[in-house]
Order: sequence, then C-alpha cells, then structure tokens
Amino acid sequence: MLTIDHLSASYKTMDKDVLTLNDLNLKIHDNEIFGIAGESGCGKTTLLKTIYDITEYPLQIDSGKVMLTGEKNGKEFHYETGNIRKTWWENITYVPQAAQSVLNPIVRIKRQFLDSIPKEQRGNETEEEVLNRVKKYLEELQLSPDILEAYPFQLSGGMRQRVIIALATFMSPGVVLADEPTTALDVVVQKGILMLLMRLQRQFQNTIVLVSHDMGVHYQVTDRMGIMYSGSFAEIGRTGDIFRDPIHPYTKMLVDSLPRVGDKSQKAGIPGRPPALKNPPPGCRFAPRCPKATDLCRQEVPELVEVEKGRYAACHHNEREVE
Amino acid sequence: MSEKLLELKNVSKVFRIGGMLSRKKLVAVDDVSLDIDAEEPVILSLVGESGCGKTTLCKMILRMYQADRGEIRLDGKSYSDKKEYDPRQFRLDVQPIFQNPYETFSMRKSVDSYLFNTAIRLGICKDRQKAEALIDETLHSVGMSLSVIRGKYPAQFSGGELQRISIARALITRPKLIIADEPVAAIDASMKMNIVNLFKELKDQYHVSFIYVTHDLSTAYYVSDFIATIYRGCLIEYGEASQIMDHPAHPYTRLLLDAVPRIGDKWEEELTLPGEEEKEYSLMGCRFSPRCPYVTEECRKKRPDMKKGCGRQVLCWHPLASFDHSSSE
Repeated sequence: MLTIDHLSASYKTMDKDVLTLNDLNLKIHDNEIFGIAGESGCGKTTLLKTIYDITEYPLQIDSGKVMLTGEKNGKEFHYETGNIRKTWWENITYVPQAAQSVLNPIVRIKRQFLDSIPKEQRGNETEEEVLNRVKKYLEELQLSPDILEAYPFQLSGGMRQRVIIALATFMSPGVVLADEPTTALDVVVQKGILMLLMRLQRQFQNTIVLVSHDMGVHYQVTDRMGIMYSGSFAEIGRTGDIFRDPIHPYTKMLVDSLPRVGDKSQKAGIPGRPPALKNPPPGCRFAPRCPKATDLCRQEVPELVEVEKGRYAACHHNEREVE
Repeated sequence: MSEKLLELKNVSKVFRIGGMLSRKKLVAVDDVSLDIDAEEPVILSLVGESGCGKTTLCKMILRMYQADRGEIRLDGKSYSDKKEYDPRQFRLDVQPIFQNPYETFSMRKSVDSYLFNTAIRLGICKDRQKAEALIDETLHSVGMSLSVIRGKYPAQFSGGELQRISIARALITRPKLIIADEPVAAIDASMKMNIVNLFKELKDQYHVSFIYVTHDLSTAYYVSDFIATIYRGCLIEYGEASQIMDHPAHPYTRLLLDAVPRIGDKWEEELTLPGEEEKEYSLMGCRFSPRCPYVTEECRKKRPDMKKGCGRQVLCWHPLASFDHSSSE
C-alpha cells in the first residue's frame, strides 16, 4: 500500500518558492489502478517524482512523507521517503514521461535488461539464465524475444514503450508508477499498450499509478482516480462515479467539456486559466474560474473531506454528507 | 460543377532516405485527390496516425514543399506557376496555425510584434495606426485585445491564450484557407474546447475554411464537416463527418474509431499489436492488408480503386458500409 501523508513539496527559485504540492493525503490500495488527472503544471509529475523519491534540487519536500508498505515473498517491508530508493525495481518502478527516449539508443536491449536487475536479486543465476527468464516474459507480453538483440533505435515507438513496460514489470514490483505512458503514441498503439497494462495488472494483482491528462484513458483503464488542480486534489473517488456524478465544480466542468464521438452538442471549455503556482490566490485555487465561488471560497482553502463513502472532494459548496 | 477553393489532383510526394547515393524512397503522400468547395466555408479534418503523411500534405498545401507529381490549385490558380499565382498573394490567401504555440512565437520577441509584422509586411496596412485598428478587431474575435497583449512575451500567457493569439495572427490577412496542424494537441483539456469552438465561430464570421489536422477523433467529430482518413500516404476514406464516424466504410477508419478511449462504453475485445513493422512500402496490394482483419487474396495482390458514391469515397476492395445507393438518413 502506498500512503501519502501530509505531503508538501516546492521548487526553489531565486525569489520565491513554487508550491507545487500542497498538503496531499492519499492512500493507494493494493491491486488497483489509480489514475491521476489534471492540467499540465498542476503537479502530477511532481507527485510521482516525490513518490518515487527522486527529489533533486530545485525540488524539495517541505513536509510530510510517502510510505510504501506491503509484503513480498512472505516478508513484510516498510519503506518511506528517504529510503524508497533502496527498493527501486524490486517493489516500485517508474515509467517516466517520454519513456521512449529513456533507453540508451546504442546499447542492446538485452544489456539494458541485465543492467536493470540488481546483483543481489540475481543470486547464483548466470546471465544466460536471467536472459532466458526475460525471453519467456517477453513472450508473455507478445513481444518477439529477438528484440533482445536489437538496438532501441531499430524499434518503433510503440515497441520501445512495450520494452519499457516489460522492464518495469519484470521483477513483478508491487507498485508501478506510469507517467503519461501513451501520450506520444497513436490511438491504436495506445489502446494496445493500455490493454497490456490492464492485463498485467490483473495477472500480478499489483498497483499501477497512472498519470494522464486524457480523461478518456482514465475512464477506460483506472479503478479509482484523483483529479488534481493546482497542486492539490480537487476530488478523489471511483472512476465510474466521478464521470457519472462529479462533485467538485472543476471536475464537473471538465467532464462536461469532453467531446465524445457520436455527440455533436455544443460543448464549452472552462473560462480563465489555472493560477500561477508562484503566487496562488488565497482561498480555493479554483475560485477565480468557478461559477459558484463566494467570498468564503476566495478567502479560505477548502479541505478535502469525505463526502460519500470512498469519495472525497475539496469544495465549500457541497451539500452532501457522509451517512 | 461548382467552384472549388482548393483542388488537389493526384498529388504525390516522394522523399529519398539515406545518403546521396541511396535509392531508397519513401512515398510520404501517394496519389491524393481532394477538394474543398468555394461556396460555403467548411472544416475538413485530416485524421491518421503519426507518420502517415498528414503534415507533408499540409506543407504542400502551404507551398512549403513542392509536389513531385500532381497538381494543387487554389481558386483555380496553380501552385506550380509562380506567375499565375504570386507567392505574395498566396500568403494572404492561406495561413497556418501550428501545434505548439510556445514554439510558434520566439520567446525573445513580444507577441504583438508578430501581429504587426504580419499586418504591415504583407501589405495589408500601410501604417501602424491602421494596423492597430485591424489587429485589435481581430484579437477581439478570438476573445483577446491589443491592450492586454501589448509588449508581452510568450511566457506570460497560458497555452490556450497563446494559441488564440496564433489564430488571430493567421486571421489578420483575412485568408480563404487556414491550415491548423494539430492546434489543440498541446492545449490543456479545460481550454481545448474553447479553441475548438473558436474554429466553428470564425468559420462563419470570416468566411474562412479550415483544414484541421488531428489524431484526436473525438474533436474531429465535434468540429468538422468533412473528414479524410489517411493511411501510409494514401487517402483511404473521405466523406461527411457524421457519415464516416457513424458508419465507417474502411476497416482502418473503424480500427481508429474503436481505439478512441471513449467515455461511456468500455473496451472489450483484446487488441494485439503487430510484432514487427512490415515492409508496407514494398507491398503489392492494399497497404492496409497486413493489418486488416477482413483481408482477402485480392487485397494482397491488387491495389484497390477509389470507390465513390453519395459524396463519399473509400479506397478498399470490401468496404464495410454500403454507400453506393442512397443512405442519407
């Protein structure tokens, strides 16, 4: 299980800190696909980076922590911010944005697989034995084992993305963080890769945290999702519920604005623009664009509260209450 | 026959790949014929996967590439003849909008300088004062104004705002045709629809036709009057947007449509991606045949002909929808 506890992070700049994550609280359970949606610059990638513990200057964690707990091969483990690095590949992996360019183009795929498996993990296995396991695994993913001999530049974008996914899931980690895994790909290839991710998830019963700006992808793939706006969660809930009955005005306007094939009715976007994180408005950050905004919204930051069972929203104007 | 605004006749573009002595060729655009009527302004969407030749086709329409074969005419004037169609006049008639607004504008120049340069250098306005009035008016139609943007740099705008300015810049010359190459791909979801709606409004307001290039079928469906599907350089299907989207005739269009991550109905059947890229350029028959689920012997051996009827065209031996007889429900 992945627990995010009062996490705040900011980017240091010359004059002022850019508060990118504001006091986030979130629990991501085992065996689910959790989606994170939001506009660019709302902190999606920063959140993943802090979860994966790659906080390098100018990014800095101001308060709070991330905890990774669970059980593997009968042994319980507990890692938290500061030592999550030790369990990379084994319990948590990260598929970064533009994953297609993370493979070294002039090193054969086979070498890159071997390099990603830590020595301690390999035990007494020889390289060949490991490669045989890799081959078997690739076949499961419907990839030809021949690609192990290929260089990344010889493969198409979709193939490279599948190699990355194979790399990230080979050690069957409990948590896979995927940052926009299909953004640069065509719709047909995108569908294939998302289907692959879903199949792997069902097979290994692990957790996938999927970041995407495409709401359609979230609808198709994720079980639960969080909508981020300007550094904090506006709403968290089951994906189906969020699309059917959005609570937060931002989610509602976003869902209503999505064009759908087969629907020609007039759609409107959300007026205005997201606030600058350097100088955010004092109250609710969505208030300047929100049609329901009142003085309360402009002065006080709403807290993320449970409005229904398993549904959280950060808005002053929700009438619903937990039963 | 009615007047045509844009006419593409058997247009092809071939690139040579490799070094100077290489004989390898890549047919980026293959024998495309397409036209846009002059009477009513329309939005024509070009859809297809990356590398299918959408951008090459656009660049030819923008006169940035010369067609290797075939002919392009705008308003009846041929592109290939510089005397018949003065490049200066051409720039007034056709204007582009690019994908990433932050790359459209140099980050070191103020954005209004682009607007003034377009207005003055292309000879629409004689002096700065007249240009100011024209620019302000144009900016108002995209929901901005000159007083807001004066002296500002691209980094001071959001992607959506900057794309609006980019659209206003294209409108200054009062063009007949605007080529928008993936104009909303880099825009956030919440502002995407504002831009797309703008196209619809401007179409009638300025009487300008758009060629909207995209891989996003849901916005294509929303905005366009006509849709052309392109696969490996070939135009494989063309027709009215609702016709094509509701009853796709080409298996590839259907595949594309099924792959759109829709909201409302979940994907069911598994989709396996081809393991290796086939050498599709050396294919004898239909270019889609290696991936087509309905492939027959005929498809593999012979190139299909363009079947036409009811205002739509399809390049397939076995179209999925019957359109020869009237099916205009």
